[in-house]
Amino acid sequence: MNQFRYLFVFLVFAGLAVFPFFSGQYGVDLATKIMVMALFALSLELLVGGTGLVCFGHAAFFGIGAYATVLLSPSDGPGSVLWLLVASVLAAALYALVVGALSLRTKGVYFIMVTLAFAQMAYYVVHDTPLGGGTDGIYLLMKPVLGDVLDLDKANALYGFTLACLAASFGFLALLGRSRFGRALAGIRVNEQRMRATGFSTYPYKLAAFVISGAMAGLAGFLFAVKDGTVNPELISWHLSGEVLIMIILGGIGHLRGALIGAFAFALLQEFFKSEVVFGEFAKHWHLGLGLTIIASVALLPRGLVGVPAQIRERLLGVSSAKGGDDESV
Amino acid sequence: MWRSRVWLTRHAAARCECDPHAPPLRGSLPPKGAKFPWGGPAGIFGPCAVVFCDQLQTMNLITFLIQCLNALQYGLLLFLVASGLTLIFGIMGVINLAHGSFYMIGAYMAFGLAPLVAGTLGGGFFATLLIGVVLAVLLGYVLEWAFFSFLYEREHLQQVLMTYGLILVFEECRSLLVGDDVHGVTPPDFLAGSLPLGDMMTYPVYRLFISGVCLALALAMYFVFSRTRLGMMIRAGSTNREMVQSLGIDIKFLYRVVFAAGVAIAVLAGMVAAPVSSVYPGMGNSVLIVCFVVVVIGGIGSIRGALLASLLIGLVDTFGKVLLPQAAGVLVYVLMALILLWKPDGLFKAG
Repeated sequence: MNQFRYLFVFLVFAGLAVFPFFSGQYGVDLATKIMVMALFALSLELLVGGTGLVCFGHAAFFGIGAYATVLLSPSDGPGSVLWLLVASVLAAALYALVVGALSLRTKGVYFIMVTLAFAQMAYYVVHDTPLGGGTDGIYLLMKPVLGDVLDLDKANALYGFTLACLAASFGFLALLGRSRFGRALAGIRVNEQRMRATGFSTYPYKLAAFVISGAMAGLAGFLFAVKDGTVNPELISWHLSGEVLIMIILGGIGHLRGALIGAFAFALLQEFFKSEVVFGEFAKHWHLGLGLTIIASVALLPRGLVGVPAQIRERLLGVSSAKGGDDESV
Repeated sequence: MWRSRVWLTRHAAARCECDPHAPPLRGSLPPKGAKFPWGGPAGIFGPCAVVFCDQLQTMNLITFLIQCLNALQYGLLLFLVASGLTLIFGIMGVINLAHGSFYMIGAYMAFGLAPLVAGTLGGGFFATLLIGVVLAVLLGYVLEWAFFSFLYEREHLQQVLMTYGLILVFEECRSLLVGDDVHGVTPPDFLAGSLPLGDMMTYPVYRLFISGVCLALALAMYFVFSRTRLGMMIRAGSTNREMVQSLGIDIKFLYRVVFAAGVAIAVLAGMVAAPVSSVYPGMGNSVLIVCFVVVVIGGIGSIRGALLASLLIGLVDTFGKVLLPQAAGVLVYVLMALILLWKPDGLFKAG
């Protein structure tokens, strides 16, 4: 079973790597957008699936990364990828440090709501102050470059760069999950009381996970700002926080590949129900199809999309496979 | 922006020195804005401390009274929606994101049912309300049976996903049935007037009526909870589910009743609120988040906490919009963050 899982992840990334050679401009754009969302979903998965902390304000870190990219870009020429990337990641990480330090005092639903509160504060800062340009947001006039090597204004270059970031983050989280740190997080998820009794001071672990997750969301925000060339307060709104949470639940919590699958499934479902080719006039009511699909998936797939192969196997062989333990991290 | 704020400060300060009893400046009477769901008034002063104090001085007693009434009405309305949410949350353990949709459904019922009722029964505001509530109970009962009854064993997040799907479906059904336009709902004739307050201000009777309905319902809920057998079972259910079950109480039926009641209260809130808030797409979502704020501030599952929290939010939101309009949106969240950092389990922890 283990080999299949790695094979699957490998095939996904290999498929994404060769995808631009077969697809047109639209496909590359869509795939870039989905990969950015997948990276965002991965960052949340570290918190929700890895540590058991449900964060409902994750869009704040995403949005702060995006806003930092635009605000720190020089107005007279393209900025440097390296500097902007580091700056946006650091900005998001810094906010995550503050938010995490305060909100980790609470638990469960209260934690969900406190993270939401801090995200809303960030939302109102960019929405109501001159800094963020109000509802219209700000434009990124010149996309960043890295010397002559990389020009993110070109769609294919951005695609490659996004894919590299996604793959690197996935690998990093997979390694993190196998490290002592990742094991400690899994322990906190399963039973924090017991972890404390074993002598772990759980607060720094949770805070570290929160900051790493926020930083990664900032990276996704950087990519999003570069891809779209514009930022607006919607990037920090709770709708986006909810959407990314929905993605990882749809994919299946507790597996890194669940975040990937969920992000792709959610975005592709959206595109499918929005397409006028299939639904004609009815396409403007795409929420209905999406909502019904989500409801059906909850009813039929208790373990998310990740659990589908196991469900099929159980149905065919009539045996129940072992419950996913700690080894199920990828 | 900054310049005008400084000007206002100076101007107001100068006026105060001359005659402290001068009538308030025309500008300091907040215009009734349609921007806010419950017609909360929008002020014009900036968030600086001097203006803040000055505004408190110039706000005369009548204006202050009107703001208090607005705050009370907003808070009580919030309480109606949030009480259902906190019940469903505390007793059934379901994070019901679709609760805002029930509020929206209620408002659209007030808009859509009134002509139907007028056609068949010859009209009547209260007949419409009654039919709406009956329909809401049925809706809640069926929804619980169809979508929630198999979810209790699952993780919370699965319920979140389910209710998110429901939001999308409700919104789109609304769009298909009624369209995406903003509609107004007229209050019934006998509630349409205004009461005079002081010499120049009036207060609409309908807003008082809303507060009255909310208060009556709050009292009724208090009575049901503390005095009846059903309330006892519900309280017990929110404290210890397994124990209640082992005492031979049909927990499934109890859940269904609680859910239906929660839906009915939210729908009623929507129907009553429709004439002042008007009826528009996405109105449920904005209420939903505020209601979650109320629920966690009050403490999950605590009706008493929900009442206190919603009044608090009503107060902070209404006066925030008058005194600190630039920061009005964020005040509620700052309040929530502060309260939860001070009391990580909310004000009243139930169970």
